[in-house]
Amino acid sequence: MTYSFQFRDVFAAWEFLLDGLVLTLELSLVTMVAGLVIGLAGAAGRVYGPAWIRRPIAVYVETIRNTPLIVQLFLIFFGLPSAGLKFDANTAAFIALSINLGAYSIEIIRAGLEAIPRSQIEAGQSLGLSGLQVFRHVIVFPALKLMYPALASQFVLLMLATSVVSQISAQDLFHMASIIQSRTFRDFEVYILVAAAYLALAMIFRLLFAGLYQLVFARR
Amino acid sequence: MIRELSFIDVLYLIAATRWTLALTAIAFLGGGLVGLAIALLRVSAWAPLRWLGAVYVLVVQGTPLLAWLFVFFFGLSIFGFTVSPWIAAAASYSIYAGAFLGEIWRGCLQAIPRTQWEAGASLGLGLTQQLRYIIVPQALRLAIPPTVGFLVQLIKNTSLAAVIGFIELTREGQLTTATTFRPFTVYLIVAAIYFALCFPLTQVSRRLERRLHVAR
Repeated sequence: MTYSFQFRDVFAAWEFLLDGLVLTLELSLVTMVAGLVIGLAGAAGRVYGPAWIRRPIAVYVETIRNTPLIVQLFLIFFGLPSAGLKFDANTAAFIALSINLGAYSIEIIRAGLEAIPRSQIEAGQSLGLSGLQVFRHVIVFPALKLMYPALASQFVLLMLATSVVSQISAQDLFHMASIIQSRTFRDFEVYILVAAAYLALAMIFRLLFAGLYQLVFARR
Repeated sequence: MIRELSFIDVLYLIAATRWTLALTAIAFLGGGLVGLAIALLRVSAWAPLRWLGAVYVLVVQGTPLLAWLFVFFFGLSIFGFTVSPWIAAAASYSIYAGAFLGEIWRGCLQAIPRTQWEAGASLGLGLTQQLRYIIVPQALRLAIPPTVGFLVQLIKNTSLAAVIGFIELTREGQLTTATTFRPFTVYLIVAAIYFALCFPLTQVSRRLERRLHVAR
């Protein structure tokens, strides 16, 4: 092997990587919040709503879960402008990722809601809890606790999937890697380094999620 | 040159779907072999082998598939290899699918009670015989629904190969968009084709899962 590795040029462009990292983190965090909100509302509607709410939610979930994220992204970023809706790359990325994660969250949380036995809800009612209290303490909280591991790993997968937004030129970590690649021609070094950065992020997120579980659910 | 989007373009898109399917098949085959090895490592009796399997899964499930595609496609050329999109995609997807299938199958192997292994041992079966005659036949039944479910993920994720110039459904969609300049319609058709491939599999996976729960 005659190739000598040079990470120096790649590290010299650390400001690019840092900018990209910030957008990747922003995209991930905002999408996780949006995904959780969509997931909770959607799952509640999917399980307890009337048919005219249940049906559209089911169609939304199945459509998103059975098509690739990159096609959804292209449809929103390249396709919608012809219908008069024009977004910049970052906004399109936020929208596509939220819609995508929302569908997965609905499916996960729905499974949690359906796992709550009817008798448990009745027990709550018989203790004199109001409808909202029953929903909050007897249904949502145990359901989230039950589905927490699935939800957390879906969120970590989403963080990794944000790399796809580089393909619509949103300036995330992966996009910055391509920029550095085209400037330094250090292809191998830059992509290995970025892969390592994602790995570190994935582990940090997993640790944070485990900590959050201890904080919110473990003692109750 | 911009021309009208016509029925022939739709046919081209449908024709490109075979490359999506071919890549899925390769990824499933390669990933299946890797996954089998990982699942066996993960249930191995010797701890260092288990760690090896665990580290593999941790690394692959903690990095984006896109990074693997780029490392193989752009990165390996520095060693003097010319890597075609086919090779890069086959390698990346085998690595990626191997980690997920390995984890799925490990779960299925571990779902078989310890006593089943012991029963085999007490009948005088060796370790490979226990696996072959007792554990795997039972684990296989558990493994089918989640494996079909993962197949859906795999079909969808082959779309990422478009970024290294691998001509499949999504790439064909990009090319059609470039000549017809009708991105909305084209990507809608592309999405519809993916849906037509994935939705039946999702339903099959769900039905199999339900039947499994009833049987137990």
